[in-house]
Amino acid sequence: MNRRDFMRGAFRGAGLIGLSGVLAGVIRRANAAGSVWQIDPWKCTACGRCATECVLEQSAAKCVHSFDMCGYCQLCTGYFEPQPNKLNTAAENQLCPTGAIKRQFIEDPYYEYTIDEPLCVGCSKCVKGCTMFGNGSLHLQIRHDRCVNCNECSIARACPADAIHRVPAAQPYLFKSREGHVG
Amino acid sequence: MIVVAAQRFPPPEFSETGHQLPGFLAPAVRALFFERLDVAVLAVALALAAWLALRQRSRRGLVWLGIFSVLYFGFWRKGCICSIGSIQNIALALSDSAYAIPVTVIAFGLLPLIVALFFGRVFCAAVCPHGALQDLVLLKPVTVPPWLEHGLRMLAYVYLGLAVIFAATGGGFIICQYDPFVPIFRLSGNTAMVVTGVVFLVAGIFIGRPYCRFLCPYGVLLGLAARVSKWRVRVTPTTCTQCRLCEQSCPFNALNPATLAGPVRTAAATKRRLTWLLALLPVLVATGVWLGGVSGTALARNNRLVNVAERIQLENTGAVTGTTDAATVFRATGTPPEELFTVARQLQHRNIRAGRWAGLWVGLVIGLKLLALTVRRQRPDYEADQTRCVACARCYRYCPEELKRLGLPVPE
Repeated sequence: MNRRDFMRGAFRGAGLIGLSGVLAGVIRRANAAGSVWQIDPWKCTACGRCATECVLEQSAAKCVHSFDMCGYCQLCTGYFEPQPNKLNTAAENQLCPTGAIKRQFIEDPYYEYTIDEPLCVGCSKCVKGCTMFGNGSLHLQIRHDRCVNCNECSIARACPADAIHRVPAAQPYLFKSREGHVG
Repeated sequence: MIVVAAQRFPPPEFSETGHQLPGFLAPAVRALFFERLDVAVLAVALALAAWLALRQRSRRGLVWLGIFSVLYFGFWRKGCICSIGSIQNIALALSDSAYAIPVTVIAFGLLPLIVALFFGRVFCAAVCPHGALQDLVLLKPVTVPPWLEHGLRMLAYVYLGLAVIFAATGGGFIICQYDPFVPIFRLSGNTAMVVTGVVFLVAGIFIGRPYCRFLCPYGVLLGLAARVSKWRVRVTPTTCTQCRLCEQSCPFNALNPATLAGPVRTAAATKRRLTWLLALLPVLVATGVWLGGVSGTALARNNRLVNVAERIQLENTGAVTGTTDAATVFRATGTPPEELFTVARQLQHRNIRAGRWAGLWVGLVIGLKLLALTVRRQRPDYEADQTRCVACARCYRYCPEELKRLGLPVPE
């Protein structure tokens, strides 16, 4: 073995020790179960950035509806424009730019509002309307059939309320409910 | 924490119709098994790349493996998580005890480095989807002049330093933010990202692997590991006959000519130059530390809290009119601004310290680079530069000895 080979061997050993050191440093903080991005709906301010900041063509964040919180109002402030002409399903009365909320009569005076998920673009206009004047049952969640789980979520980076964080993959949703957070 | 929601309108009982509330649609998360599978595929691909590049010496095999990597790690896995980005997760995990780093990311970060310590940069050859993609589009390579090559390669070191301190101080993951190829793998992204991706890809037709050579921060680490690797790429399978046929074979300027072809400088001149450069080294480091510290304040602006604090201060002093969403959210919490300012100041100091470290790194790298350019090592053979060689196997078939080994006709 010549001198150069010996030096290389020594540096290689040092490199291995260094990498082991890094491994020892991070393994204590390792998370084996995995984690995914999610919006805390209680922190969300419905600013609308979810629709535009996601790396996907159409955002991974979409609206979901907590039916147990919903008042089934006839005048839904998440569904209707602030001053609707009429309380019917005509497009000019709707707040949703893509018509993604379906309004269905259940019993007098209650109406059910369901999200047609493929149409929803996550603009959070309905979330704002519902949270400001209603029960706050409409809220945004990151849909994990769409989310590509980027190393750093670009919506999280843009979120003014710091509402997007990693959550355990075993409980990937933070749905709103009457009692508060549920997984 | 239990938060009771605002119930302005009590939910109905549906006594008439007995209507049942619809449930949630909750699409499942990608199963953990697939995360583990990614690591297994990475390990197998690394082993295969090492075998193909060093044992089989097969360019064709590496091209096929590269196509597989582009499809699997690139288009199927959308280029994320990748080893390049994992540097940031590791830096953040080492600096922030609250951050839980996924095991998959640790494996992606460390496996290629361990392999590089033994087999060189075989990861770059055909496992990294970024590298493989650029390798596949390289059709009309042009030669980058050496002075430009050396200069541009410094950018990667600077980028590495910046990426580590950005991640460690919570300023964001800049490698991911400015990744040119992820928008191509995802087939979506904002305009700036897509344009950068296309520019890199088109440039890559003529300039061999522009990202790998001049920017990739992970390539810097792999290069350092490959420098002392146990096995390495050798152009000739037997002995170099100095035929110079391989001289133009490498599109990445990673082939060192034998010393007899190099420029001649006298020993005295070299010694003088070395002395000057050694004296310059501390000056460069000191300048780097100073510049890093000065830019620390600007660096801190990437932090969300520092940004909000600055905005609140501006609004309070009346320097700006109107408000931002982030400032509104902060005011709604009712926290006194002084508390936020204290935290922001701490973050600023932390960023200044981090900036100094980055400056030290850059100064040191430039100084050592100048020294390395001066010291001329005796090289009897044409051989691949271990730091720069990405084991693409293009040069092998230029060597007549290799053609003899394969039983192929040797051109006169």
